Amino acid sequence: MNGNSAIGEAAIRAGCQCYFGYPITPQNELIEYMAKYLSRRKGCCFIQAESEISAINMVYGASVAGVRAMTSSSSPGISLKQEGISYLAACELPAVIVNMSRGGPGLGGISAAQSDYFQATRGGGHGDYRTIVLAPSSVQELADFTHRAFELADKYLIPVIILGDGMIGQMMEPVEFKHEAPEELPVRSRALRGAKGRPSRFIKTFTSNPAELEEINWSLFRRYQLIKKEETTHETFMVEDARLIVVSFGIAARIAKGAIKNARANGMKVGMLRPITLWPFPSEKLQELAKTTKHFLVFEMNMGQMLEDVQLALGDKGEIAFYGRPGGVISTPSEVFRVIARLYYQNGLDAKK
Amino acid sequence: MKVVYSRPKSLKRRPFHYCPGCGHSIVHRVMCELIDEMNLQERIVGIPPPGCSVFAYYYFDVDMVESAHGRGAAVATGFKRAYPEAIVFTYQGDGDLAAIGTAETIHAANRGEKITAIFINNAVYGMTGGQMAPTTLENQMTTTTPYGRDPKIEGYPIRISEMLALLKGAVYIERTAVNSPAHIQRTKRAIRKALQTQIDGLGFSMVEVLSPCPTNWRMTPIESWQWIDKVMSKEFPLGVIKDITGAKDAD
Repeated sequence: MNGNSAIGEAAIRAGCQCYFGYPITPQNELIEYMAKYLSRRKGCCFIQAESEISAINMVYGASVAGVRAMTSSSSPGISLKQEGISYLAACELPAVIVNMSRGGPGLGGISAAQSDYFQATRGGGHGDYRTIVLAPSSVQELADFTHRAFELADKYLIPVIILGDGMIGQMMEPVEFKHEAPEELPVRSRALRGAKGRPSRFIKTFTSNPAELEEINWSLFRRYQLIKKEETTHETFMVEDARLIVVSFGIAARIAKGAIKNARANGMKVGMLRPITLWPFPSEKLQELAKTTKHFLVFEMNMGQMLEDVQLALGDKGEIAFYGRPGGVISTPSEVFRVIARLYYQNGLDAKK
Repeated sequence: MKVVYSRPKSLKRRPFHYCPGCGHSIVHRVMCELIDEMNLQERIVGIPPPGCSVFAYYYFDVDMVESAHGRGAAVATGFKRAYPEAIVFTYQGDGDLAAIGTAETIHAANRGEKITAIFINNAVYGMTGGQMAPTTLENQMTTTTPYGRDPKIEGYPIRISEMLALLKGAVYIERTAVNSPAHIQRTKRAIRKALQTQIDGLGFSMVEVLSPCPTNWRMTPIESWQWIDKVMSKEFPLGVIKDITGAKDAD
């Protein structure tokens, strides 16, 4: 199954009742999957919206009604959705937003890239807010993380971004769907469905009182602190004895893994840290690794965006090198291997301790 | 003693923040009377916009959700599709519905979304201080057309109701005003019919209300009422623009 379709199937099984989207390459298999399979399900709805802006605002409306809703797009379309994501964050409304990112800036290209890291991890729209960002690196993870995204969104009342890329969305891999769709989904308690049997209520963001708005921001911030504590996830690979640790996410981590295996085969002690949640970022894990490993290589398919989070986490506690290719150019494992080998030997990491 | 006039049940006991002579408070009251009379309080959800009516949820005693500027029709679409049992109305100004939200409005109408738009046309951006709106009349002075709206530069006032009437999904569209007791009664009949259109599941309905903004028009309330009759309704003629509900007119 291709990655984009796997998200669609996983979303349906996670109880997603509404999908609103707009065609853009390289995520079209997802909107087409939903058109084919979600639209015919009882109580579910699919709309091809007139724009990305409309699509995210439809998600907002459906979320207000208390059902699981999602949208998907790729980089230029995600830029358009930022207005709605900011409102979702402000109103504490759950939603799942998939970004199968491509090279930019501007219209850019349609080849896979990771250049939306800043946008995804810094909120993306206006205002002081964050979204949870999950970075899958396989089709199986696309399916698993889609389920997790809906759960997290509901648990913390927050928009959750799945930050994939054009490559992972298009590639075909076997996938197992581990979660079955619930028979009936509970309606969220904060949903608006008419003031029946209770006083009327409203969902809003605007306030003309800065003190009230400050309190709203503090309340969001406290939730973000809790998310940082509870939900930060990562994967490590061969880090125990590593003298050099590669830090990569998403599809780049998969490329790096190939390079690391090759390095190991050549006697180099290299490992990997893969952040799975890009926000919250696994800073503490990095700091822990820096107690035994001094050298880090950040490898991304951009000009060094996650690099800044690694620098923030490590400060002067590690030597940080960077290798990245922007614009939708996909590095090969052997290319990354050469970077690793050069770094390894130049820093004398092969020396016996 | 017989009560002949009182605050509608679905109108909260709270003084309006609107300027003297503003049409919003009249439309709010009319809406709340209808919500009571049509017994909708328990199933209606309103979607107010940014703008002067951003605080509508402080007045309507019904469930409400704030929309981003211009996105009311999209939010209403998502909500109604997710929960079709609700009766959904957007409450939008001219800048909201006919400028920044034009695409959302047109496509929701074209899909025949079963929602009702209450479109307040006062020919200016009110809350931001009286700038040119898409519905600003030719030669009308605003803070961004200080020499009067010149169609050669700023284009012409948009008749969005007539535009929407071309779409098959739009079922009922009427333009009214709230500048006289008779017009207010007509507005109430129109909104009742628009809501009934939605209740009957027929498609998209909208009532455009020509609404006075004495503050930004630099007029007294009386002058603003007269201006609607003498000037504004010449560009935006009152009446039913489209009705394919098959229902008999309330008159």
